[in-house]
Amino acid sequence: MADSGFEARIEQALEDEALRRNFASALGAFAARRRSVFADADALERLRTQAAAIRDRALARLPELLEELESRLTANGIRVHWAETAAVGNRLVLEILEAHGVRRVVKGKSMVSEEMHLNAFLARHGIETVETDLGEFIIQLAGETPSHIIVPAVHKNRAQIAKLFREKIPGAPYTEEVTELNAIARHTLREQFREAGAGLSGVNFAVAETGTLCLVENEGNGRMCTGVPPLHIAVMGIEKVIERLEDLPPLLRLLTGSATGQRVTTYVNLISGPRRGGEPDGPREVHLVLLDNGRSAVFADPERRATLRCIRCGCCLNHCPVYARIGGHAYGTTYPGPIGKVLTPQLLGIDRAGELPFASTLCGACEEVCPVKIPLAQLLRRLRAEAVRGPAAEGKSRAAPGAAPLERLAWRAWGQAVKRPGVYRALLAGGRWLGGLLPPVGPLERWLRAHAEPRFSQRNLRRLLRKKGIPDA
Amino acid sequence: MTAAPPKPARVQLFATCLGEALFPETALAAVELIEREGVAVVFPPGQTCCGQPAYNAGFPEEAREAARRQMAALAGDLPVVVPSASCAGMMKHHYPRLFTDPAERKAAEQLAGRVVEWSEFLVRVLGVRLRDAGPPLKVTWHSSCHALREMGVVPFAKALLAGLERVELVPLSRETECCGFGGIFSVKHPALSGAMAADKLADIQATGAERVIAGDCGCLLHLQGAIEARGLALRAQHLADFLRERTHGG
Repeated sequence: MADSGFEARIEQALEDEALRRNFASALGAFAARRRSVFADADALERLRTQAAAIRDRALARLPELLEELESRLTANGIRVHWAETAAVGNRLVLEILEAHGVRRVVKGKSMVSEEMHLNAFLARHGIETVETDLGEFIIQLAGETPSHIIVPAVHKNRAQIAKLFREKIPGAPYTEEVTELNAIARHTLREQFREAGAGLSGVNFAVAETGTLCLVENEGNGRMCTGVPPLHIAVMGIEKVIERLEDLPPLLRLLTGSATGQRVTTYVNLISGPRRGGEPDGPREVHLVLLDNGRSAVFADPERRATLRCIRCGCCLNHCPVYARIGGHAYGTTYPGPIGKVLTPQLLGIDRAGELPFASTLCGACEEVCPVKIPLAQLLRRLRAEAVRGPAAEGKSRAAPGAAPLERLAWRAWGQAVKRPGVYRALLAGGRWLGGLLPPVGPLERWLRAHAEPRFSQRNLRRLLRKKGIPDA
Repeated sequence: MTAAPPKPARVQLFATCLGEALFPETALAAVELIEREGVAVVFPPGQTCCGQPAYNAGFPEEAREAARRQMAALAGDLPVVVPSASCAGMMKHHYPRLFTDPAERKAAEQLAGRVVEWSEFLVRVLGVRLRDAGPPLKVTWHSSCHALREMGVVPFAKALLAGLERVELVPLSRETECCGFGGIFSVKHPALSGAMAADKLADIQATGAERVIAGDCGCLLHLQGAIEARGLALRAQHLADFLRERTHGG
């Protein structure tokens, strides 16, 4: 695997004390709020089982469900577009905007748009996007990407935000008061909502049965983006479809409880079409771009398919000991944390992101809290094996192996030793003879960066057991 | 939880690779505590490593070879007692999914059904009552992720510790957080592994205890290595060693 600088970014993040403090305090608070909202463990378990089943039921018939969704949405007056890749999706959004002569867009939070790198694409075509979610607004000012899928500016503390506002917003005073910071952002954004030619948003769930787009948020900016400008364009991954309206309440309960520890978000938007005759407000046109971008390949594999249950609550990030220490940017990908380590190699290809699944202790903390019970540890193991085999190993031609040749050789030798007790015992004897005298190279050199030298015991367990009268049988 | 299985006359010991290579005293202590209760222990000589290192490193074929060896070595119908929750978890939960061949899968399931983590065996099957023979001591407990989430055996270890009259157990403030070992993780990501160990050690020190007890040789290797590298006045000890020490002569 090519060196992508992952390890360097990890080390850099670990040295940033402020960053670690910001993450530790924010994530700790989210985890505590989640615990209080899901105080009844049995009820939570029932709800998770139900939600996993809802998602599996939808994924089991994903192709038909998407067709049903398209026809219901179309009947409701929402125009549906299909994008196989991010490039196609970007092009579709651009064409719609250009057809309406839009030069400025207000945007609600959308991780799919981050996956598409939509803002940068539109900027290259002379269209300005204004992020209106407070967290997204902050990182847009800072010229950064989200470090968390729910709380994109979680890596920044109040003082850092105050400084940023003072520097980037003309006339803004320095203040660390949350209400004042909010007021500055709101004041800056208000005019944008009024003047923007279009609003862009993501989608949390799309209901096939009714042709409804559901969007949850806490700031009201999402409602403004989807309701005030004359044109609304939503982007969504194809996996976000659910069968029925009655599937929505349990999923919403789990989404908000797992994400921010809320019983319900301040705003729950159910969008079922553009402004109808006689209605005083709402957009004149609503478009939905359905993005595949690798998801079909995930869908096609029965084991990997569970990845697509994800409802993007970010709960696995909040509970991940690795994410808590390095933050989202160190991953160098749109989706960080446990779900990012599982999803990214599947979307981008194991050859491009094969090192991510190894950045986990497989502690299982993510899986324990996942509201839709994605078997994250097992998927990480599966992807590790794929990374080792190399990209095209499943196909016809022999591709270059993913693992370093020496590592492969070492494991092959290990495999030979563990299946031959005689060889294994000889190696143990060799270890006893060497004691702690192994050369500090390779894995041992890396082990010694954080540990004292491991010492083989000088005592032979088998002999000791025999002396105690424990039979070898 | 199912009813406690009856007390067997004999059990097999799976000592684990770390147990054999680095911690033979721990395996001996584990045996001693079982034998004290009138249960005989046998040590099947063909055993090697459970295969978890390869399994988690992305080498399932090598892990399968290891599993086949243990399935052959540990054949029979005696309970297989394992003094390490992660190795027990590998055999109990992952062996069956390594095989597609029905006969092999059945053999894997048969072994999985016999695997018992050591502290669970002591509490649920043997119902041990310990007599604390040591001086007053403050200790803390580290839950391995596999003990906690995969095997669910932390309550058994805690019950054993609670049975020691003069031992005060001070809980860690972040007891359920991983120590940062993760097998291959510790050598693929030494900086992260070290940072997680440092946080865990700080948590341990904050309890005022000078000893941290755990039930997994992997965590212990990692924590003791980090303790020694930093020259801290702490000691990481396996539950079996600790119980043997506390009850010696008792």
